[in-house]
Amino acid sequence: MSAMTLTPALSQARGGLLEALRAIRPALTIIADDEGLKPFETDAFISHRETPMLAALPESEDQARAVVDACRVRGVPVVSRGAGTGISGGAIPRSDGVLLVMSKMRRVLDVDGKARTATVEPGVRNVQVSEVAAPFGLFYAPDPSSQLICSIGGNVAENAGGVHCLKYGLTTHNLMAMRAIDSDGDVIEAGSGALDAPGYDLMAILTGSEGNLGVITQVKVRLTPLPERTETLLAAFPSVRAAAEAVSEIIGAGIIPAALEMMDRVVIEACERYMALGFPREAEALLLVEVDGGEEEAGAALADVCRVLERCGAGEVRVAADEAERARLWKSRKGAFTALATILPDFYTIDGTIPRRCLPDVLDRIVEMGREYGMIVGNVFHAGDGNIHPCIFYDANQPGELERSEEFGGRILELCVEVGGTITGEHGVGIEKLRQMCVQFRAPEIAAFHDVKAAFDPAGILNPGKAVPTLRRCSEWGGTHVQGGRMPRPDIPRF
Amino acid sequence: MANDFIAGLCARVAAAASSGSPLRIRGGGSKDFYGAPSTGEACDVSSYSGIVAYEPRELVLTVRAGTPLAQVEAALAQERQMLAFEPPHVAGGATIGGIVATGMSGPRRPYAGAVRDFVLGTRIVNGKGEDLNFGGRVIKNVAGYDVSRLMTGALGTLGVITEISFKVLPSPTAEATLAFEIGEAQAIDRANHWAGLPLPLSATSWQDGVLRVRLSGAQSAVAAARAKLGGEEVAGAQDYWQGLREHRLPFFAPGIPVWRISVPQTAKPFDLGAPQLVEWGGGLRWACGDLDVFAVRSSAEHAGGHATLFRGGDRSVGVFHPLKPALAKIHQRLKAAFDPAGILNPGRMYNF
Repeated sequence: MSAMTLTPALSQARGGLLEALRAIRPALTIIADDEGLKPFETDAFISHRETPMLAALPESEDQARAVVDACRVRGVPVVSRGAGTGISGGAIPRSDGVLLVMSKMRRVLDVDGKARTATVEPGVRNVQVSEVAAPFGLFYAPDPSSQLICSIGGNVAENAGGVHCLKYGLTTHNLMAMRAIDSDGDVIEAGSGALDAPGYDLMAILTGSEGNLGVITQVKVRLTPLPERTETLLAAFPSVRAAAEAVSEIIGAGIIPAALEMMDRVVIEACERYMALGFPREAEALLLVEVDGGEEEAGAALADVCRVLERCGAGEVRVAADEAERARLWKSRKGAFTALATILPDFYTIDGTIPRRCLPDVLDRIVEMGREYGMIVGNVFHAGDGNIHPCIFYDANQPGELERSEEFGGRILELCVEVGGTITGEHGVGIEKLRQMCVQFRAPEIAAFHDVKAAFDPAGILNPGKAVPTLRRCSEWGGTHVQGGRMPRPDIPRF
Repeated sequence: MANDFIAGLCARVAAAASSGSPLRIRGGGSKDFYGAPSTGEACDVSSYSGIVAYEPRELVLTVRAGTPLAQVEAALAQERQMLAFEPPHVAGGATIGGIVATGMSGPRRPYAGAVRDFVLGTRIVNGKGEDLNFGGRVIKNVAGYDVSRLMTGALGTLGVITEISFKVLPSPTAEATLAFEIGEAQAIDRANHWAGLPLPLSATSWQDGVLRVRLSGAQSAVAAARAKLGGEEVAGAQDYWQGLREHRLPFFAPGIPVWRISVPQTAKPFDLGAPQLVEWGGGLRWACGDLDVFAVRSSAEHAGGHATLFRGGDRSVGVFHPLKPALAKIHQRLKAAFDPAGILNPGRMYNF
């Protein structure tokens, strides 16, 4: 809905709110015109879009609190947004709500080399944290592929991962403390400068809560020593199954690589066509392995990895001889998604995690399903974590193709749950996977999530409708069980 | 058997909720000393024991809450793996459920992570008697709020933990301990300096003018770090680290109150009128004696941390550090959400 075609009630609400936001001192940037709001219609889940009623761009925590206060008294939803790189639609605005854009809060407040921490505002970009840490011989470990532009506030809200999670953890493992505004307008100080904090682990519950529990205004992250030595290698395998077996063998041998990524034939061919990296043409699967640490530690791990790869039937193992070659090997992984765009104009990236031992069977099943839907699927993913990212190719200009790709994706996620995994490893639920939440969780668990939300957001204004489905929608989709004609938890809103 | 136990527990909690009678959740009973005294009928989960699933190559272990830590560690040791957060056994009685409920991590914590960092999923019975699953058995999972980590360290006040899935790690193949005769301030300074370098640190401790540093990892990495750091190699140091992990070094003399003060690792030494033992690279300061509670709490706060009356002493002063009003509000609401009748370990943590 465009701001110009609001219903009379919404239009009146908007007028009052606009006046309240304009009264905030010091004044903050407010965008209220259609043209100005256009860039904020969607995040990176671009198949869905909506124009927000207004957008507010605070430069301080006080301003952000004032916006939350003004929205609460009017019952207006607040959707917070960082750089808008999320791919599950968590930051897609609402036509009846304010979009709280945190990108102007982008100061690095403190870098403490001795304590190995950095305190930043939410709009600071992920890669920037590592840049300011580098002079101290440190870096910020979580590295989602959008790290050049994505911001820390969004990383915390989504509990972002990356290619180095197996060794260095997700965002939740790399935080010390944060400040967040709840819907009462109070500032929650979770965590501390120490290694723990008294009471419940509120930092854990806020991390990955997708803007539903609080507006993050400050984050203190833990920094990690830069490795002394990093070794990267590429191994070619005659089958996906053999490559998957090698992944398990490496971990079984007591090695925790910094990265352990897999690409299948569809991706290898696309990369070869696009970047001509000289990969072995006959390979059905490639593993990209990185080990790092102190000089001796990395050296020992490299030798161990090479032994395991050879034993597992790797056809060719190419160890990067220098930094340039290392960069070239990573180029294939990081450029894979760009290369894939040469197959068909549109693709839809799925994000599920499965036990690693299920990798070959699940990948086979996905290929079968692809045949059923008449769609090509490519796989380039975090094999070490069991975090799969099948890419479904479609042509959005063909009517019905987008919907079919979404249905196919949904079935892949349900398969992940079936084998004991999860519907999202690192991309979040947003609006994309609401339906699959009803497959993974039972009604009382979904109800517990709503109760957690109400503890932080009794007003129900923080990003409502995202991350956790209503029980009503679950029962419409047939995902929750209605027992004896009674809905579980009738007090939960079902719209 | 599993379903019977869970079903029985659900019924018992639901009945307690409807009659408003508090339950005191108990595993091995090894940590009865910890937290504020709690009333209520004992709700024993120690019989719900055993490993549900263990896939060494997945680095994932699922275990019932009543399983003794020793049993879990024995199973992991066969596969040369470990719980990297090094929890205390507390005279052999600790169960896995109690470790997660109290959130107790040992000497390896600053270098490997805390209990909460390794918890992948939990199965709980909430205060309404509902059997709930959160998280899962895979390493990367962001579906739903992270309730499993919320349960970690909540002292059973939000739910009875019945099963837990952990990420486990390979055990190091080599270990060495170095000792340095230096003062407290210098020891804290060095520990922080070294933690900023890619060294295989796995524990540090300073007491009575001696800094001890434990190195763990591949043989070559430990040897190289030993050469780099200098100091004097200590033979048979395992006993020392074991004593520290179990809080049974002579420093933690029985019968004397023990304060646990968690501060930023770089916090300068502060005087409490009693000797201190510093571990976690400066992040944890232990002090024993009849200390003034206000002095301890204000020193901890001044340093940017918090203080817990870990063992003994006058527990009526509040065992855990008081919460700021905004945090206390959220705590009470979460408690009301998971345990509306207020029957699970009431008062064990705070006054709810």
